[in-house]
Amino acid sequence: MMFNNFLVMLQNRWPEIMIGTWEHIQLTLVALFIGNLIALPLGILLTRKRKLAEAVIGITSVFQTIPSLALLGFMIPFFGIGFGPAIVALTIYALLPILRNTYTGILGVNQAVVDAGTGMGMTSRQVLFMIEIPLALPIIMAGIRTATVMVIGVATLAALVGAGGLGDIIFRGIAMARQDLILAGAIPAALLSMIFDYILKRIEIAVQP
Amino acid sequence: MIIFKNVSKIYNDDFHAVDTINIHIKEGELIALIGPSGSGKSTTMKMINRLIEATSGTILIHGQDIGDQDPVLLRRNIGYVIQHIGLLPHMTIGKNIALVPKLKKWDKVRCDKRVDELLEMVGLPAKEYKNRFPAELSGGQQQRVGVIRALAGDPPIVLMDEPFSALDPISREQLQDELLNLQTKIRKTIVFVTHDIDEAIKLADRIGIMQDGKLIQFDTPEQILRHPVNEFVRTFFGADRMNQVESLPTIEEVMIPPISSFPKRGLAESLIKMRKYKIDSLLVIDRNKTFLGVAGVGEIQKNFSNENMVLEDVMNKEVPTVRLSQQLDDAINLISDNHIAFLPVLDESHKLKGLITRASLVDVMANQLRSNNNEVAPVGGEEL
Repeated sequence: MMFNNFLVMLQNRWPEIMIGTWEHIQLTLVALFIGNLIALPLGILLTRKRKLAEAVIGITSVFQTIPSLALLGFMIPFFGIGFGPAIVALTIYALLPILRNTYTGILGVNQAVVDAGTGMGMTSRQVLFMIEIPLALPIIMAGIRTATVMVIGVATLAALVGAGGLGDIIFRGIAMARQDLILAGAIPAALLSMIFDYILKRIEIAVQP
Repeated sequence: MIIFKNVSKIYNDDFHAVDTINIHIKEGELIALIGPSGSGKSTTMKMINRLIEATSGTILIHGQDIGDQDPVLLRRNIGYVIQHIGLLPHMTIGKNIALVPKLKKWDKVRCDKRVDELLEMVGLPAKEYKNRFPAELSGGQQQRVGVIRALAGDPPIVLMDEPFSALDPISREQLQDELLNLQTKIRKTIVFVTHDIDEAIKLADRIGIMQDGKLIQFDTPEQILRHPVNEFVRTFFGADRMNQVESLPTIEEVMIPPISSFPKRGLAESLIKMRKYKIDSLLVIDRNKTFLGVAGVGEIQKNFSNENMVLEDVMNKEVPTVRLSQQLDDAINLISDNHIAFLPVLDESHKLKGLITRASLVDVMANQLRSNNNEVAPVGGEEL
C-alpha cells in the first residue's frame, strides 16, 4: 500500500527528480573539475616546495573542519545565492583529499626509482610524467574518489543557498514531513555516489600502469 | 678521461663532504672508491653526473668541464647503476632497458635490437624476459637488468653506486664475475663505489680509499696491499689481508735441499739412491751444479734392462723450473698449472739451489696459518 503510494508519487514527481538529479550532477562535476584543476597541480608543486606543503595542506584542512552547512552560509554574504556560491563551497571541500593524496602519493614513490630516472638523464618533467605520476596514480585516484563521494553528499545542502539539486526535494520532504519525498531525493543521491565511485574505479583500473 | 681538479663539496654547515680531491681516471679503467660510510665516496661519484654539484674545483670529461654542460644531456652519456636497482616497476624489462635510448631519440628498430642484444649478453633470453615486469624477476636478475640498462645508451662512462651490496652472497659473486667478463668485452670507464674490500680488490684496476672526504690513497690493489700509506689504510684493509701479502715467505725459505745425481751414473745405482731417500725422481746436475734435467723412476725402470744406459739418457730436460728471485706466488702457480709434484729452484746462472715440493708448500702454509691465528683474534663478519 505504502509502496504503491511511493510509486505514484515518483511518477508524479518524475520530472522534478530528473531536474534535481541533473542539477546535482552539474554541481558535482563542476566542483570536482575545478577542485582537480587546483589541487592536482598544487599537490605536485608542493612536492617540489616541501617547505610550503605543511602550511598549504594545513589551510585546506582547516576549511575541511568547517561544517558544510556553515561553509555554505559563509558564501552568501560574499557570493550571494545560487549556483556560484555552492560551487565555491563544494570546490573547497574537494580540495583537501585530492591535494593531500597527490602530495603524499608522489612523495611516497620509491626514491630509488626517482634517483635512477634522474641519473639516467630524465628532465624533471620526464621524471614527473614517466615515473612519479604513474606510480602515484592509485593514491591520487583514491583521493579523487573520496572527494567525489564527499561532494555528492555535501551537494544536497547546496539547495539551502538556492543552487537546486536533489537537496531541494529532500528539504521539501523534511518541511512537509513526507518521508516518501525525502527518499525520492536521498535515494538518487546515494545512487549517484555509488555510480560515480564505480566509474572512477573503472577509470583507475583502466589507467593503471 | 675523467679528471678531478681540486674538487670539493662543502655543505652550508661547513661540513667538507669531499675535500680537494684530485683524480685522473683513465679510459677503460675500472675504479673502485672505497671507504667507511660518510667518507664521501658516493658524493665524489655523484659529482661526475652532477647529481651533486661540486662546490669548488673542476671535473673534466674528455677534456671538457662538465660544469658547462647541460646536466640532463651529460647524464644520458653516463650510465648509472644504483644500489636499490631502481627499475621502473610499471614498465616491462624491455622498456626499462630502452629508457635511455628512447631519451636519446633512437628509432624503435635500433632500440629493440639493443634491448635483445643486451639481454642475451647477461644470459636472460630476450623472448622470455623482455615483456616481463621487474617484480617477476629475482634480485640478481633485476640487478643484471639494472646493469645493462646503464649500458643501453652505449655511454663511455658507467657509474655504479654499491650495485651488488643488496644482493645475497651467491648472486653478488655471480654478478661480479659477469661484470668482469663484460668489462673485458666493452671496456667502459667504470667508477664503482663499494664498502666491500674484497669486491674492490676483485674488480678494480685501481682503488681510491677515502676517509673524511679526503682521498687517502689511489693505487692498484697490489700496491695498496703491499704499501699502505698509513695506519688507516692498513686497518681498513684488514691486518690479516696485509699479513697474507707481507709475510708470504720467499722461495728460499720454502725450498728444501734436493737429492741430486750426475749424468753419467748408472740406472741401478740411481734406483738404490732413490729407494734410500724414498723419492721418485732424481735431479741431474753436472759438476758445477748446473741443472740438466730430471730422471723419474718410471723411465729408469723402463730402460733398466739396457745396461749401457746412464741417467743422461733417460732424463727429461724439459721440466718447469723457478728462479730464486721469483715470488712464491709464481712457484705455486707453476706447480698447480702444470700438475707437477715438485719444482727445481735455480739461480741466475742456472745452478740448482733447491727444490719446492707440494709437501714443503703445505708445511709452510700450515705454519703461516697457525701463527696468524695466534696473532689475530677472529673478527666477526670479516670474511677471508
